[in-house]
Amino acid sequence: MKRFIATRILLSIVTLLILSILVFVASQVLPGNVARNILGPLADQASVDELNSQLGTDRSLVVQYWDWVTGLLTGDMGTSAIQQRSVFDIIGDSVVNSAKLALLAFLIVVPLAILGGVYAALKEGTLRDRTISLGGLSATAVPDFVWAVLLIVIFPLGLGIFKPTATAPPGSNVFEQVYYLILPAICLVFVLFGYIARMARAGTLEALDADYTRTAIIKGLPQRTVVRQHVLRNSLLPTIAVVATQIGYMIGGLVVIELIFNYNGLGKALFEAAQRKDIPVLQTGVLLVGVVYLVATLAADILYSVLNPRVRLGSES
Amino acid sequence: MTQELATSAPVSTANALELEDLEVEYKVRGAWKKVLRGVSLSIAPGESYGLVGESGCGKSTAAFAALNYLPRNGRVSSGSIHVAGKDLLAMSDADVRTLRSTQVSMVYQNPTSALNPTIHIGDQVAEVFTLQGVGGSEAQDRAKAMLQKVQISDPTGVMGRYPHQLSGGMNQRVVIAMALAKDPTLLMLDEPTTGLDATVEAEVLDLVAALRQEFGTSVLFISHNLDVILRMCDKVGVLYAGRVVEQGTVDEVFHNPRHPYTVGLLRCIPRAGARKDQGRLDTIPGFLPGLGETLPGCVFADRCALVQDVCRTDEPPLYDVGAGHISRCHFHEQAQDLPRNTSPVAVTEERPAESSDRVPVISTRNVRKTFHQDGHEVRAVEDITFTLAPGETLGLVGESGSGKTTLARLLLGLTTPDEGSVVELDGVPVAGAIGKRDREQVRSLQIVFQNPDAALNRRFSIKRIIGRALTMLMGTRGEQLDTRLRDLTHSVRFDVRLIRAKPTQLSGGLKQRVAIARAFAGDPKIVVCDEPTSALDVSVQAAILNLLAELQVKNDTAYLFISHDLGVVRYLSDRIAVLYLGRLMELGAAETVFGPPQHPYTEALLSAVPHVDGDERPRIKLTGEIPSHADPPSGCVFHTRCPRYIGDICKTEEPELKEVEPGHFWRCHYDVDELRTLQQSAPETRPEIGVSGGQRGAEPPV
Ligand code: SF4
Ligand code: SF4
Repeated sequence: MKRFIATRILLSIVTLLILSILVFVASQVLPGNVARNILGPLADQASVDELNSQLGTDRSLVVQYWDWVTGLLTGDMGTSAIQQRSVFDIIGDSVVNSAKLALLAFLIVVPLAILGGVYAALKEGTLRDRTISLGGLSATAVPDFVWAVLLIVIFPLGLGIFKPTATAPPGSNVFEQVYYLILPAICLVFVLFGYIARMARAGTLEALDADYTRTAIIKGLPQRTVVRQHVLRNSLLPTIAVVATQIGYMIGGLVVIELIFNYNGLGKALFEAAQRKDIPVLQTGVLLVGVVYLVATLAADILYSVLNPRVRLGSES
Repeated sequence: MTQELATSAPVSTANALELEDLEVEYKVRGAWKKVLRGVSLSIAPGESYGLVGESGCGKSTAAFAALNYLPRNGRVSSGSIHVAGKDLLAMSDADVRTLRSTQVSMVYQNPTSALNPTIHIGDQVAEVFTLQGVGGSEAQDRAKAMLQKVQISDPTGVMGRYPHQLSGGMNQRVVIAMALAKDPTLLMLDEPTTGLDATVEAEVLDLVAALRQEFGTSVLFISHNLDVILRMCDKVGVLYAGRVVEQGTVDEVFHNPRHPYTVGLLRCIPRAGARKDQGRLDTIPGFLPGLGETLPGCVFADRCALVQDVCRTDEPPLYDVGAGHISRCHFHEQAQDLPRNTSPVAVTEERPAESSDRVPVISTRNVRKTFHQDGHEVRAVEDITFTLAPGETLGLVGESGSGKTTLARLLLGLTTPDEGSVVELDGVPVAGAIGKRDREQVRSLQIVFQNPDAALNRRFSIKRIIGRALTMLMGTRGEQLDTRLRDLTHSVRFDVRLIRAKPTQLSGGLKQRVAIARAFAGDPKIVVCDEPTSALDVSVQAAILNLLAELQVKNDTAYLFISHDLGVVRYLSDRIAVLYLGRLMELGAAETVFGPPQHPYTEALLSAVPHVDGDERPRIKLTGEIPSHADPPSGCVFHTRCPRYIGDICKTEEPELKEVEPGHFWRCHYDVDELRTLQQSAPETRPEIGVSGGQRGAEPPV
């Protein structure tokens, strides 16, 4: 068990290293000279060269990479020459904002999808099951921007409730912030519901079919106890893993939704950085997304094994 | 408590289970199909009733019906079910639950999957008490007491464990503890020991018998194993195609059967030391009728050699043939004259000389295998030396974990043996790994598995499966391929018309024929048969054993035959090797090994097996769990369980494998005369010995 976790962590670190190289190389491919981008086409070549040497962008790629990585490890993310702010500030704020949105979405979707999936499984084959399963699937199949536009058209524009922009005015309390965030969060809920509910449903069906569930029923336990004590314990295990991997998946969705709702989150920050060729922000931001994704899956794996005695204790023979 | 007593008072007079004309149907593709056709049976208080029959005849359905637990597509279409005098079909859901939680219990096959993998054993047992309103810590205490009752060593420790941490036998004890915790009126056991080792099976059966005495429980015992039924039951019902065709006391039914189906079943089993050179096993022709098929006359008519016109039109009534013995056969008087389906004459051919004079097809010297597991060395197979002559069968027996399968894999090259091990084919040493053997060597050594599904690619047709084997092993192609294919399917009695089917469309017996055909495609010199019939019904098993015997004589093939069914091993084997903890404990001609004097382990192993023919040798109990390979006991590895334990010498000195008679070897400090004298009587109570290294805290139950 300990060895399993240790290897998983080691693997994550290796993945991260590879990712950092990829991100670094990829961001070099973005066309344009860094200083020229900042100073504009009218600046003279001498000042461009000077800025480049100031920024260190005239050095060899290996040196630049080394600099970047060691900087990150010591907590120094560098500065964005374009925005004239430290990368930490730019990304820090947007990460907090994205996290708020993601948290709200998760608080809604996880219980909802698990309940829906389990309920559908218990009512397998009925109309209610089909409604939940098909509904979840189609909600997921519709692209997120379509949901975003649809929701904006229906609520703020049509009914006059909720806001088309997600950024609450400065100084708003939690409830006001939630009020602003609710529509983009619902978009994410739609995107995620199908996957999680489907996993919960499949896991529950499998557990319902298992011999141990038969044992529990034949013991004479009431249906509710059977489900709570015997079925859910086993069926939710795989679901937990899915939920965690969805965190990574969700970041992709964030970019679009944050843009549409004009919300200053990580997605929007990255998008803007890419547009403005703000390489320090872009590099660090993308790497951060990678870290979040890896940590989420790692947490899922560890949680799964902690909850599952077969993995936790291993077989004795 | 008083209330419970009051409600259970009338129970002592009412039958524990009473099925009357019970019809159960399953809905398959929109149509209702009959699974049980008017089953009537009753189990008196304290009585033990056995239900036998081939798989698919409705045994389990009958049991589940008695719990009102039918699959969603199942229903009781007519008849009645009374449990402890109460009408089950008239009950509300809540009453059914109460019945399940207080009066009826069930124990099934695969105990490990019957227990919840994520809940502690203790909590699972305690749940039964909680359900009856017993509080938390008291429920735990009672659960522990229950585990003690089913003779689990270290019940406190087991309480906090999970099912996957226990052996199958231990888990079955837990399930039994759970079943008996409510002190049920009726205990139903559905193949409770199938899949367990003979020694573990014997222990579990002893336990059930003892607890039945103690609790006065009525039992419905379902098994395909007639020997087990004979040992455990007072009465037996023979079920065929959802109908009880014969019923009576076990003595009557097994020794004076009055229905051709029962007669056929009894003849399929290799018994009374039957051997392949003495005669073929009889089989039952044909197949079980399809689910829900309309059968106007006798349900067995299609497969019965005594069938007359009347059988096809008139359903035979229940004939009372005396002493509560009933038979549903118009011609029950002639049942025992049922003509054989196979010729009784054994397939024999002139054997070239004494087989031992010929160059062995395979011989091993000092074969060893050490696995490395979490820094431990696990000696799975230790120093095995034997030879196998052409056309000879060597039976491998021993409890699970004895190294039978590892040894087979080593020979096949699927596992590479340790340095210094020698495996010779036809006198030529071969590489340990299959990848390093040449085609000729791979071809000459083939295997048939227990589970043909694992061996046959489900996406390919039978033709392609066998064809590929022919091409790969023999390089047969084109027209020649078709001819060989036809010959091969014919030789395993596989209907050529089914050659385009996929494995999933075939029955277990047919699939095993395909697997055998494939193994024989390369004209092998040796075929390893790893439990080839244990997943099959007895009548199919008999047919497969006949087939193997026939192919062996025809092709002069040698078999390495692994089975936990000692009757089957004895039938097919010329010599037997007994393994324990990876070591060869005894090796000799089948008849020598099966009778005294024999190694103490063999003696105990054989005495664990119940026999229909009522071999009345006293049972020797093998107590305790098999020690761990990682830390085997000192001296003789069997000393922690040996019923003939001598004294300190067994603990300190490992005996050599010595030739005690010509061709008869064993690994024990006793010599042949000593054991011959000793084995005239059952062993005394085992002398007390200290628990030494290697025992996993499993002391003999008190
Ligand atoms: S009734 Fe006829 S077909 Fe049926 S078992 Fe008897 S003899 Fe055979
Ligand atoms: S050596 Fe001793 S312990 Fe081993 S089998 Fe013989 S009598 Fe039993």
